[in-house]
Amino acid sequence: MKHQLTLAIGPAIFRIGSAWRAPIDALRRLYASYPRPEEGAIADFTVRLEPAGRGRRWWRPSVRIAGDHMLPEAAPMALRHGLLAAEMGMNLQMALGWRRHLLIHASSVEKDGRALVMAGESGSGKSTLAALLGQRGWRLMGDEFALLDFVTGAIHPFPRLISLKNQAIGVMRAEVGDGGRFGPLMAGTPKGDIAHLVPSPDAVAKMKEAAPPALLLFPRFGLPAEMRPIGEGETFMHLTQASTNYVACGERAFHALHDFVTRVPTVAMDFSSGEEAEAMIADLWREQAR
Amino acid sequence: MSAAALAALLRTPEQAPHLPGEAWNGIVAAARAERLLATLASHLQGVALPEAVGAIFADARRDADRDRQLALWEADRAACALAPLGIPVLLLKGAAYVAAGLGAGAGRMIGDLDILVPRDRLEEAEQALLAAGWEWVKSDPYDDVYYRRWMHELPPLIHRERDRMIDVHHTILPLTARPRPDASALLAERIDLGGGLWVLSPEDRVCHAVAHVLADGDLAGGLRNLWDIKCLISDIEDMDKLYRRAALHGLTAELSRAQRLCDHLFGTGEGALRLADRFFLARLLSTDGWGRDSRPLLGLGFYIRSHLLRMPPLMLARHLWTKWRRGHRPS
Amino acid sequence: MTGEARQYFRGAPDELLVRPLEGLTLIYHRPSGVTHIVDSPVPEILSQLDAEPCPASTLLARLARQYELEDGEGALDPLVAHLETLCEVGLARAVEPEAKG
Repeated sequence: MKHQLTLAIGPAIFRIGSAWRAPIDALRRLYASYPRPEEGAIADFTVRLEPAGRGRRWWRPSVRIAGDHMLPEAAPMALRHGLLAAEMGMNLQMALGWRRHLLIHASSVEKDGRALVMAGESGSGKSTLAALLGQRGWRLMGDEFALLDFVTGAIHPFPRLISLKNQAIGVMRAEVGDGGRFGPLMAGTPKGDIAHLVPSPDAVAKMKEAAPPALLLFPRFGLPAEMRPIGEGETFMHLTQASTNYVACGERAFHALHDFVTRVPTVAMDFSSGEEAEAMIADLWREQAR
Repeated sequence: MSAAALAALLRTPEQAPHLPGEAWNGIVAAARAERLLATLASHLQGVALPEAVGAIFADARRDADRDRQLALWEADRAACALAPLGIPVLLLKGAAYVAAGLGAGAGRMIGDLDILVPRDRLEEAEQALLAAGWEWVKSDPYDDVYYRRWMHELPPLIHRERDRMIDVHHTILPLTARPRPDASALLAERIDLGGGLWVLSPEDRVCHAVAHVLADGDLAGGLRNLWDIKCLISDIEDMDKLYRRAALHGLTAELSRAQRLCDHLFGTGEGALRLADRFFLARLLSTDGWGRDSRPLLGLGFYIRSHLLRMPPLMLARHLWTKWRRGHRPS
Repeated sequence: MTGEARQYFRGAPDELLVRPLEGLTLIYHRPSGVTHIVDSPVPEILSQLDAEPCPASTLLARLARQYELEDGEGALDPLVAHLETLCEVGLARAVEPEAKG
């Protein structure tokens, strides 16, 4: 493929090929602080950004996300959203193909050598919370996937560009002084406005440092502040649904998830602002440390 | 060409330690696209490999082990539903290879469950499967009518809860195809695996694989099918017996072609290829180092050919026209 | 075919991985790769099944002894319903009785 880039993020290496230069340039700029894989590094996954149909490389360029693992019905994207396509492509490879850890759709941050895992659907606020905490004394481990070790039960970092949507973009711009840590604003995507935020230098530097989980949150943004514990059965069921590879990983996943659920306290947390959430999390964190 | 490099590596695994790092990216991508990654991994066990390749291979082998487990479970469920009616569940393709512990089953990725039942028991089998929790994959009525009249299988069924498909065949090629394999002969020579499961005889297994790749399909995934054939042929003791069986099924030419192609790709590479063989070879090796089909027009030629094989030209024109109107396009 | 006539049994003990959760039981069924989340009396029923087929009435007697249940006729139908469900998902199996005459 004409343009390509190899990226190392956490335990995974991605080889990204593109028919167009722009998405590769954008990736190269935003991942510039990440350790560069050596020449000829063997990638775990291949992602391809290719023209969606004859002639769509030049005329109204249309990007199809392809690679080792693909979704045949996926709608093509406009070239100006190429960076988003690349990120979605990497997500897809992990979701469908990663087997070395149990993947949970969750963000995670670390403090005092222990991990806080925040699971939830799109719009729950887990990515924005992780980004916010990452600026306020916590170390970001990831915003999209939490990687659970089958043997040790630790959470492994997978710090990709943080995907911020709509209002969250403004919130984080105010929070993060360095404008250079932001990718271009992509307006009018199927999920609204999106901009990417590069994780802090600390998060990138420690991207191989795992931490045992101490607390699992199910955050819900946009509701009056409230916290309540969630039982083990309900948690187990939610997490099997929140895991893209639980079924594929078989027996190991069963053991790892059972261990996780029986050892890590789980709390549902409703909140209406970042400050509220930060305060409730600080309380919970103090609680679990005792 | 990475598909060629992949075939070469399957032919001579000892080459692996001499490959430069970058070559592995192309081979892994091609192997994934051809669904041969776990096969390559199990074939290269014990060979010195870069650590990153070792990790990728370990994941692939685990996936194949899991596929095997799930295929055997689906076979068990089908036997549960059909054995009480005295309908033999004769396994085809990947499920057969793993159930019978064949070399062709090593590292095999398995998708749907393919079984063969006698044509006169087809309706009963259909009813029993529906009662046991399978349901029709939603398709349009035209395809349904076409399937039932002309194809060699029921329209696809999928299990309501397990979400896995089963293809119930009554012969191994469509009724409209030119070679006419003898379905009752296939059933007559079947081998009992126990647990209500059966497989084809060794010779019929080869004939089915040959019919499937050369007389039926558009050769997508053909490299893996040829690898299957290579493994299955190596289990044959009497080649004359194999060719007599192929003659019975009208598959002599296809078997010869398959053998020439296998020799060229995975054997000594010495056999003389015919001109037409080279088109097949080009199609089989068209996957590039990024996992893409590098010769899409050649693929289109084979897509049309695969329909020509299944249907007389007049029917073909009508069928493709109707599908075109409904918006299907070969990818 | 009434359930009372069928006989029920299980596969090998290591086919199932059983783990407790608060108030519930997790069962990983190795042959199918499916994880089941179940509640009483399913784990108890499974624990009283073994490789030897037996009718539901025998199982009921075993359960009654083991768990000090009321051994009434009313318990048989629900037990059969559970057993049939377990057969449907593959956690248990059934054989028809020998044909008579």
